[in-house]
Amino acid sequence: MSAAPQKAKAGAEKIDVTVSAVVPLNDLVTRFEFTRNDGQRFPTFSAGAHTVVHMNDGGTPRLNPYSLMSDPADTGTYAISVRRDDQGRGGSLFMHQNVKVGDQMEITYPVNLFSLDLRAKKHVFLAGGIGITPFMAMIAQLERSNGNWELHYSVRTEALGTYVDQLTYKYPNKVHIYYDDQKQGIALEDLLDGQPLGTNVYVCGPKGMIDWVHATASAAGWPDANVHSEEFTAPQPGKPFEVRLCKSDKTITVGENESLLEAMEREGVDAPFLCRGGACGQCETDVVSSDGEFIHRDHWLEPEDHGKKIMPCVSRFVGKSLEIDR
Amino acid sequence: MTIQFNKETFRDDYSFKNSDWAIERFPFPFHEDSYMYAVNMEQHRGGPEGSVYEKRFDVDEHYVSEMADRAMVLADDPLRCQSLPHMTLAGWDLLELIMVSKSEDYPDLFELHRDGDTWRWINKPMGIDDTFTFMDETTLPYGPMEYITRQTQGDFCVLDQREDNLWMDAGMVTTQADWSLDFDIGMNFFEWHAPVPLAHEKGIFKRALKFLLNIQQGAPARRLNWTMTVNPLLDTSPENYHKWGIQKTTLTPENIGAKQHLRVELQSFFRLPRSNALVFPIRCYLIAFQDIVKSPKWGRRLHRVIRDLPVELATYKGFIDNRPMMLDYLSAFDDGLPTSPGVFPDNATEPPLQK
Amino acid sequence: MSKFQFPESIKSRPVYGTLEPRPGKYHLMIADAEGAEAILDIAAADPSIMAKTHIIYIPRGTDFGAKLRALNPAQYYEGPSYAASVTRIQRVLQDAHMGTQVYLTGTEGLMGQAQNECMQAGIPHTAIQTEHRGSVARRMQCVHCKGITEDVETDPFVCSHCGLNLFVRDHYSRRLAAFQGVCIDAEDPGNVPEAVELYK
Repeated sequence: MSAAPQKAKAGAEKIDVTVSAVVPLNDLVTRFEFTRNDGQRFPTFSAGAHTVVHMNDGGTPRLNPYSLMSDPADTGTYAISVRRDDQGRGGSLFMHQNVKVGDQMEITYPVNLFSLDLRAKKHVFLAGGIGITPFMAMIAQLERSNGNWELHYSVRTEALGTYVDQLTYKYPNKVHIYYDDQKQGIALEDLLDGQPLGTNVYVCGPKGMIDWVHATASAAGWPDANVHSEEFTAPQPGKPFEVRLCKSDKTITVGENESLLEAMEREGVDAPFLCRGGACGQCETDVVSSDGEFIHRDHWLEPEDHGKKIMPCVSRFVGKSLEIDR
Repeated sequence: MTIQFNKETFRDDYSFKNSDWAIERFPFPFHEDSYMYAVNMEQHRGGPEGSVYEKRFDVDEHYVSEMADRAMVLADDPLRCQSLPHMTLAGWDLLELIMVSKSEDYPDLFELHRDGDTWRWINKPMGIDDTFTFMDETTLPYGPMEYITRQTQGDFCVLDQREDNLWMDAGMVTTQADWSLDFDIGMNFFEWHAPVPLAHEKGIFKRALKFLLNIQQGAPARRLNWTMTVNPLLDTSPENYHKWGIQKTTLTPENIGAKQHLRVELQSFFRLPRSNALVFPIRCYLIAFQDIVKSPKWGRRLHRVIRDLPVELATYKGFIDNRPMMLDYLSAFDDGLPTSPGVFPDNATEPPLQK
Repeated sequence: MSKFQFPESIKSRPVYGTLEPRPGKYHLMIADAEGAEAILDIAAADPSIMAKTHIIYIPRGTDFGAKLRALNPAQYYEGPSYAASVTRIQRVLQDAHMGTQVYLTGTEGLMGQAQNECMQAGIPHTAIQTEHRGSVARRMQCVHCKGITEDVETDPFVCSHCGLNLFVRDHYSRRLAAFQGVCIDAEDPGNVPEAVELYK
């Protein structure tokens, strides 16, 4: 109908913010808090939502998604907790080493790909390491509505137990901590056994943990619909490759340490995205022609789409030539 | 601009009427001389000044009378408004969205004063001045969704998002194009659209669902849909079809211009913040054929669209029997001249009727 | 022959499968009439699950009861009607745990109503197995008066509550466990086509 043609911008709506606090929590994890520059309130968000933080790393744009872990009802401050990844591509290192109180940054409106099932009669949270962050917000939201929840949280050591003290102090009967270095583990089969009908399980942590929870629940006869997980796939480095963008009429090279999406953005191509982690489907792009092998790393495409479509946020290509419809 | 609210009815004597202002801003749904299903979504962030697209929730001259009609429908059949238990949070989200939007967009008509969780809502056209506690259902006369949608034109479907699908788990539906909330509540996106012909095969609903699942906070979207209604009847519900269906047979060549109405739905989509639900307002606009053809472009185009519409669609939209009479009437307003692209009437530039 | 292949239809119309044993500590099987045959089949496929199975069966004039009882399920109940059995179903679901497997078989009306009880107890409908057996009669809701007419075998039919002549739609509500019936002569009162048996 085009009542008022407007050009859609890639990504969610953005908010200009100031870093209001930088709080180191332990050797690996630091919390960053933001306030709005325009003096307005932040939008309320639903627990489980993430925001994409835009960083300017010496001219290289870095856009990383982080779960919002503050209380969703607190519209004065947004907070994220960032685990430093020394092996990663630099986003978390930049946050840890360069971001200071008073810095101006840009973050997106909240996007939720890991929401609570509000019909659930009980919520069981399974966290591994930095996977605790979405549950901080979920717990805050459920506490306000007298929700029925419990948390099982696996950490490497006491020293790396992010928010363990706070959680065990506030909710001693609902929070269960497991220390890897003390050979403690979540007894998942026992935990799943005997849960009332309508229980939902949520897992956030390393890929191995997520797969283990899905497989164990499935073997115990749990419906897939009652097991929720969130896994952000950070783009992995890989061999540089060339790609032809037919709509933009450009040929670009994707460098070793950047994703195809980032390379397009660097070249000024306005490509759609939301999660930047292979989960939301927003950046799905048709492959026009290809001669080589795709490295599909997303959680979105069906196997039959492999080779016909690509998710530029996390997937790569090795071979002679690639042309995509962007 | 201060709106003059009409005193009119959408039943019995059907005194509903569009002013010249309402005719000029009518959301004519055809951007070209033919029609086929399309996802046809665009962002819902304003539009030309004075158009129905300008505000988040358009208020027009029919507001007060439409709300009176809704109250009558609900008194007869409370099942037209339902909310499954897990949707109360989404109801509060919707109440907040509408109160904030209307008080910002129409400060002369609506006021919202917030002091923490204590909110005061003033709706001047309806004479309402209520103070309540946000998120406390006991402080409102109805549930939050029902309370605010008794004061807002258009039907409302509140959709829960789970398992990569949307679920019709709450709604206020009194001005519908022949579908039953009471029957469809709890269905997913494909199920409640099941009776629509042709669109499933074309993959329309798969694409539409993908689009809707990705609608984000702060970035609402909209589209138009349409059907036909004999008499300006808002409540064309299946529940009452055995009562109103007979009206379709009352058309004559003499009364068709006044009785036959084009019914357009301005559908919009907003992500709700606390619940992550999606609200889908369906705002119904009615216009008599004799008012459409006052714009030469709209007269030409409507004739061509109705003439060339596939039989399945004319059947589904319920006017296959009346189509020949409609075409007899509309053909008098089609001189074969080309039409300008787009939905707006372009009355200043389009040539007058050449016959 | 108790199996009927329904023709392809619209997206809201339920599609039934073939029951298969699934992993779980507890199995709840609810059946009416010829649905007993599907239970006999699944027991033959995996006799071991019967020791963890509760069968709730409504014979509706058939005589499969002895055969089902001979499967030696952990619990067996035979009810005279669905209405008489529903409080038992609710009681069983009240104490059931995640991982319970539900198997529904027989007429559409039985499966739909039992599925609704399971959903309300917190089992997603996608996790409930169904297999149609026996009569193709339908449970219909009159969209006008909201009354349910059970075991409708013809199209059109007369609403057993308000008396309107209704045509049979394939549009189906899980929540009501019923198909939709809509007035057939609203635009031409009295012009009601002759009733035809469903799927004939």
